Amino acid sequence: MNAPPLIEIQRLRVLFRGDDGRTTHAVDSVDLAVDHGATLGLVGESGCGKSVTSLAIMGLLSKRSAEVSGSIRFDGFDLLQAGDQTLRDLRGNRLAMIFQEPMSSLNPSFTIGDQIVETILRHRGGSARAARQRAIQLLGRVHIPSPEKRIDEFPHRLSGGMRQRVMIAIALACDPRLLIADEPTTALDVTLQAQILELMRELKSEGGAAIILITHDLGVVAEVCDEVAVMYAGEIVERAAVDELFSSPQHPYTVGLLGSMPRLDRRAQQLATIDGMVPNMARPPIGCRFAARCPFAVDACTKAPPPLAEVSPRHASRCIRAPLERLVS
Amino acid sequence: MTALLEAENLVKHFPASRNLFGRPTSLVRAVDGVSFHVDRGETLALVGESGCGKSTVSRLALRLIEPDAGSLRFDGRDLLALDADELRGFRRQAQIIFQDPYAALNPRMSVSQILGEPLALHELVPPSRRRARIEELLRLVGLEPRLARRYPHEFSGGQRQRIAIARALAVEPKLIICDEPVSALDVSIRSQILNLLRDLQDRLGLSYIFVSHDLAVVKHIADRVAVMNLGGIVETAATEALFASPHHPYSRALLSAIPLPKPQAKRTRMVLQGELPSALDPPSGCRFHTRCPFVIEHCRAEAPDLRAGTGDAINHPVACHRAAELPPAGAILPFDGGFSPALEKLVAAFSSEQGGAAGGVDIIGRPAAE
Repeated sequence: MNAPPLIEIQRLRVLFRGDDGRTTHAVDSVDLAVDHGATLGLVGESGCGKSVTSLAIMGLLSKRSAEVSGSIRFDGFDLLQAGDQTLRDLRGNRLAMIFQEPMSSLNPSFTIGDQIVETILRHRGGSARAARQRAIQLLGRVHIPSPEKRIDEFPHRLSGGMRQRVMIAIALACDPRLLIADEPTTALDVTLQAQILELMRELKSEGGAAIILITHDLGVVAEVCDEVAVMYAGEIVERAAVDELFSSPQHPYTVGLLGSMPRLDRRAQQLATIDGMVPNMARPPIGCRFAARCPFAVDACTKAPPPLAEVSPRHASRCIRAPLERLVS
Repeated sequence: MTALLEAENLVKHFPASRNLFGRPTSLVRAVDGVSFHVDRGETLALVGESGCGKSTVSRLALRLIEPDAGSLRFDGRDLLALDADELRGFRRQAQIIFQDPYAALNPRMSVSQILGEPLALHELVPPSRRRARIEELLRLVGLEPRLARRYPHEFSGGQRQRIAIARALAVEPKLIICDEPVSALDVSIRSQILNLLRDLQDRLGLSYIFVSHDLAVVKHIADRVAVMNLGGIVETAATEALFASPHHPYSRALLSAIPLPKPQAKRTRMVLQGELPSALDPPSGCRFHTRCPFVIEHCRAEAPDLRAGTGDAINHPVACHRAAELPPAGAILPFDGGFSPALEKLVAAFSSEQGGAAGGVDIIGRPAAE
């Protein structure tokens, strides 16, 4: 009965080799799976490895500086073993990605129509006329007003929100099975963010693409995602259904993140803070990577790396003190 | 008691293009008749989308740029009448911190030089005592005094923002303008800076003008909020009042756009369609009418004034022709509990161990802290 997940990542590890011979552990033994049509939020702060994970999936890490190991099974392919040609056929086709800054992702010297048509012709072929029709249809789908006129505009003529819609239209051009969205709303105003999130909810309800949404904003996750994985210092520290994560987080880092968000329901004098700094990833600590900043840490935490273990079905935490409820009286 | 800062009908238009003779041919109406006041020890937030003029207002308030019209009074004195010397004196009273602490600190100056400069410039502290004062300032913003010899690149983003705050505090100002001070920071660092700003305000009696597009942050930090749209204020109210019942359709749209950290929250969504109009060619009448779901013919023809209501709404002026007849705001921000009780306890335990204020919860199975 259980269909295999659309994408299954196992023991993904990314090491960056610096010029000075130092290696940085950007991503360490990450296991993730996303089902067909599901939406996974990948949450964490700068440098936690969430974007590197997505670049590894897309095969966009430079082979010269990054050492990628593990396996990424997607739709019958092992992406880490696949050749460049296979990856080129997949990217923009069954595997699509949108980035934070739409202006630097669009080519300023071509019209948006050209850029959508290019993707369609590359992967689907057919006549230029049919591709243009499809492009207009796509622009309509992402709610760009009068798409038949807008299609001939250059990117600089469009506002930030519009550009992000164009990026989404390009990503959707070949009906991808998986859409990776890396901070798609971070550069946008709240009102535009709401529009783009609405659009993503629409895509979700229409079925089709699974989405991996990478963000630092837990609010955005709550609005769009079904499942969440929280990353810290290159590792997944907690994975749960979205309701579970917000009602009963099982990793102290997640507790800290939730507590440091300004509250809308009541006025708190002080917000929770996470003191200290992220560990140096050239020499990650032997034990739990969060232990030095963790108020719940005990001696055992620093002795051995904690496993990502299930606290309840489908809710895993990389904390030996979980379930956390028993720690507070 | 008079307000610390009072602005009346501020206007600032920037030339967008000029003709052959250098005359402006088109104008960006960045700020078009803005009035507000900031009381002592109070935080006023200016919120709105990019390009609404909130940063321009904050720079006008410091006279970093000159208004085209309007009046500005600080501590009872006419700011626009000050000459260069007096203006320098005024800079002791009012400071600004910016969004990007990477760009705001000179990379070639050490922290002690950065903090020493305002002390020397305003001849506040004799050279012999400067080092002690710099150490004191660093402690005030939660940095160790031994860091004074380091350079900005050796610090993280949050630490740099602390240095920028220390520099603003060096001259013992009464007012600090915070222009998106936490937008570039990670969530956990953001909360540290917000706590610091709140703490400094309590200890030093500072007033803040807090410019931000992040309404959750504004809810946390501000006493009063002014909502700006395309160069004008459309609503001002006490923070609690605004979040409980936003009157202006634009304020409602902004509040309903806040992503709530609560899956499946039941709320009224009001997603604005269309684009922000350009301040180069603002719409006729009410500048919000192109995006407003409640628009009527009158809105297109005549611009509404910012008008106070009666009774409870006396301190809650709104610039909308239809303010009185709009449906109740309803569940734009549902208040049915935030955190689950279990999470509430965990967060309290988390912060009490960090030396936060929310103590009172013990953690079982852990030796008592020394």
